[in-house]
Amino acid sequence: MKQEEIVFCKGGGCTAKLGAGVLERVLSCLPKPDVKDENLLIGYESSDDAAVYRISDEIAIVQTLDFFPPMVEDPYTFGQIAAANALSDIYAMGGEVRTALNIVCFPEKMDLQILGEIMQGGNEKVLEAGGVLVGGHSIADTDVKYGLSVMGTIHPQHIFSNDGVQADDVLLLTKPLGVGLVCTAARIGEASKEAYDLAIRSMTTLNKYASEILRKYQIHGCTDVTGFGLLGHLKEMLAKGYSAELDSICIPHIPESLAYADAFYLTAAAQRNRNHVEDLVEFQGVPFAMEELLFDPQTSGGLLASLPKEEAQQALQEIQALGLPCGIIGRVLKKEKQSILVR
Amino acid sequence: MERIDARGKTCPLPVIETKKVLDTMKEGSVTVLVDNAIAVQNLCKMAEQKKMQYSSEKQSEDCYTVTITISEDSQTTANQSETVSCILDNREQKTVVVLSSDCMGNGDDVLGRILMKGFVYALTEQEHLPETILLYNGGAKLSVEGAETVADLKLMEAQGVEILTCGTCLNHYGLSEKLAVGSVTNMYRIAEILANAGKVIRP
Repeated sequence: MKQEEIVFCKGGGCTAKLGAGVLERVLSCLPKPDVKDENLLIGYESSDDAAVYRISDEIAIVQTLDFFPPMVEDPYTFGQIAAANALSDIYAMGGEVRTALNIVCFPEKMDLQILGEIMQGGNEKVLEAGGVLVGGHSIADTDVKYGLSVMGTIHPQHIFSNDGVQADDVLLLTKPLGVGLVCTAARIGEASKEAYDLAIRSMTTLNKYASEILRKYQIHGCTDVTGFGLLGHLKEMLAKGYSAELDSICIPHIPESLAYADAFYLTAAAQRNRNHVEDLVEFQGVPFAMEELLFDPQTSGGLLASLPKEEAQQALQEIQALGLPCGIIGRVLKKEKQSILVR
Repeated sequence: MERIDARGKTCPLPVIETKKVLDTMKEGSVTVLVDNAIAVQNLCKMAEQKKMQYSSEKQSEDCYTVTITISEDSQTTANQSETVSCILDNREQKTVVVLSSDCMGNGDDVLGRILMKGFVYALTEQEHLPETILLYNGGAKLSVEGAETVADLKLMEAQGVEILTCGTCLNHYGLSEKLAVGSVTNMYRIAEILANAGKVIRP
C-alpha cells in the first residue's frame, strides 16, 4: 500500500517551479496588446500574484492558478496543501475566494482512490476559504499534478499591491520558512516528526486568516512567499527602487530546517533562486544555513507584508495569535547600492 | 579515486551520495558525474562549506564532472585542531554557557526572547562548542517542549555538548514533565560545574 504512494512523491511542491530568470526571458518576448485595457488593474508587468480586472467601481475580479507535483506522501494532505497554495494568491492581493476549478494530471494506471483523496483535501480547503468548487479539467499524464484555478473578488480601491513598499516600512512574515528543506529531508527519511508536523501544519494553513488581519492595517506591499524563496519574492516587492535590510535572527523558521541545510539537503530550486538574486544580496556574517533558508523555495508559504512601523507590532500580535512562527524580519530603505542586506 | 555516477538523479541526491563517500575517506578525491549545471553548483557549494578543494568541467550538454579532493593539507589541519582541542580539554579551559533567563539582556522581554533564540542558534554555528550548557531559573524554559530553542540545543547535544537543566526550576515553573532535551540536574552539580569551569559565558 505504502509502495504506491512512494512513487507518488518525487520532490514537488514549489520546488518544481521553473526558475525566475528563465521565466522572465520567455515572458519578455511575448507581444503586448496595442491598447491598454484600463480595467486591467494588475497584469504581469509587476510580477504580481494574480491578475485583477475591474468590473465596476466596487468590484474587481482576481484570477489566478497554481498546480504542482506532490511534495508529501499522503494524497489527502497533498490536496490540502496544493489548494491552500493556489488559494493563497487571492489572499496575497487582499481578496475573497469565490469559485475554484480543479486542475488534475493523473496516471491512468494509478489507483483512483488516491485521486479521490487528493480532491477531497482540495475541496475541504476551498470550502474553508468560503468558496465553491465548480468543476475542473483532468489529463492523463505520467506523473501526478494537482492544483486550482481560482476566481476571487476585491474592492478596486483595496488591492494589496506587490511593489507598493515605502521607505521606513517594516517587513512582516506570517509563516515560518524552511518547509522546502524539511520536505527534502523527509524525502530521504531524515526529517524529525516535529519538523515535519510543523511544516505540514504551516503548508495546510490558509493565508485567509493572515490576510483578513492585514486588511485592518495600511499595507503598502504584500505577496506570498512561494517557489522563489523569501529573497526572490522580496526582490519583486522592491522592484520600484527600494532596498531592504533583514535581521537574520528574527526570521521565523522551522527550527530543524537550519540543521537540514547544514547537512546539505539542498534542492536544485534553492540553487536556482540563489543564482537569480544573489547579485542583489549582501550577507554580512550570516551562517551558510541561514543563507540557504532565505533561498529555500516555499510551498504554500506565508504572506510577506510591508507596512508602517507604527502599526507593525500590533499587526504582529494579531498574526501571532494564529499559532504559527511569524515575525518582523526587517525594514525597507530608499535604494542604496545593494538591494537586500542580510545581517 | 572514487567515482560516482549521479546522472539522472535530482538534487539533493548527488550531494548526499557524494557526502557519504567523502565521510568515509581520509584523503584522495571523488569524481561525481551529474547531468545538470545546478547539481554542479550544489556540489561545489558543499565542497566550499567543507573547505575542500574542488573543480568542475562540462563534458557535454548532459554530462558534467565535479572532482572534490581531500588533501593531506586538510588532514594536517584536522590533526592540528585535534591536538589543540586536546590542550583545550583540561579543566582550566572548560567552557560553560549559562542561560539563566529566557531573555538575553534587559530592556524589552519580547526583544530579549528573540535575542536568546538567536544566541542559541549562533552557538550551534561556532567552531568550538561549549562543553556544558546550564539552564536555570527562566533559562529552564528554553529546554522544554514547545520552546523554539529545543532543536538547536538537541543539535549541540548530538555533538557531545552536555545540556543540563535545573530541576528545582522546572518544578517551580510546572515544567517537570516537559523537558525536551538534555537531562535534569541539581544545585550541587551546577555549583561543581561552575567552580571547575575554565570560562563561563553568560549572554
